[in-house]
Amino acid sequence: MTPAGDRTGPISEARPRLDVLRQICMEGIPLNRELAIELSDVWPGGGLMRLPYRGDLVGDPVNGVLAGGVITALLDGACGMAVMAALVRPAAVATLDLRIDYLRPATAGRDVIARAECYRLTRHVAFARALAYHDSPEDPVASAAGAFMLTRRHRKSS
Amino acid sequence: MSPSGASDAERDRDVTSTRWAQRVEEARRASDPGMLVAGIPYARFLGISAEVVDGELLGRMRYADRLVGNPVLPALHGGTVGALLEITGLMTVLWNVDGTGVPRIINLTIDYLRSAATEDVLAQGFVTKQGRRVVNVFVRAWQRDREKPVASANAHFLVGLPEIEGSGEE
Repeated sequence: MTPAGDRTGPISEARPRLDVLRQICMEGIPLNRELAIELSDVWPGGGLMRLPYRGDLVGDPVNGVLAGGVITALLDGACGMAVMAALVRPAAVATLDLRIDYLRPATAGRDVIARAECYRLTRHVAFARALAYHDSPEDPVASAAGAFMLTRRHRKSS
Repeated sequence: MSPSGASDAERDRDVTSTRWAQRVEEARRASDPGMLVAGIPYARFLGISAEVVDGELLGRMRYADRLVGNPVLPALHGGTVGALLEITGLMTVLWNVDGTGVPRIINLTIDYLRSAATEDVLAQGFVTKQGRRVVNVFVRAWQRDREKPVASANAHFLVGLPEIEGSGEE
């Protein structure tokens, strides 16, 4: 979080701090607390989040599969987290748009993991993508891609 | 609508595809999409309901503190607004397309237009194109002013499938 230059920053090479991002992404976001989403790992420009299965998060009452909307919240949050893990200078991150493909139904009764990466960072906009899966990202239940607005408090000519 | 004394959990366990189809028929007869939304656990979790007002199907998400994504602004979590758009889209399909199965969402593209304030959100869906297998729906969400949407989405739903019991259809 040191260089205060005005140019487009590359993705941070420093390992983001798991405790700091946990504070922001878990404790700091009431919905994530409510869904018991856990940030399990982070690295420069990416990370892993886990959503524990719960009966009250089901979307299809006939087969007990998690609601698409829960997966959306998980993937949105995971992409936002990946953007934060990519930032050299801290910024507020807001979702501009998000596309979700529901590749197959999640398996009833199983936790869902999201693996997200920020693959492009510019001064005002960051691009991130994520996969949701049970066992392996090779066998995803859903994928997401989104654009995120970055806003920083501007300090004129410092 | 549920047998008296039955808890939500009991009611959910009791849902079979036949019972769901009966519920769809009942809800259509009563012109009350809320009866169906009440059967979706995640919709209840988020406080999402649906009603027909002046012939228009509207989805509503009641504000609750747990829906917040940014406590500083404060603003609702994008994922909750996304869920409202998705469920309203699903209800729009159920309300406009024959058949009683649960439409299966294929994909959803959400545009976040404004940060959503800590109050109720309303949503309305429009069927853009109805095919035999796929329905394309546009959904818009707003708060106090319908002309100032907080988010919109385009979604594709798969319809007309035989009901699948259990999960995993491979």
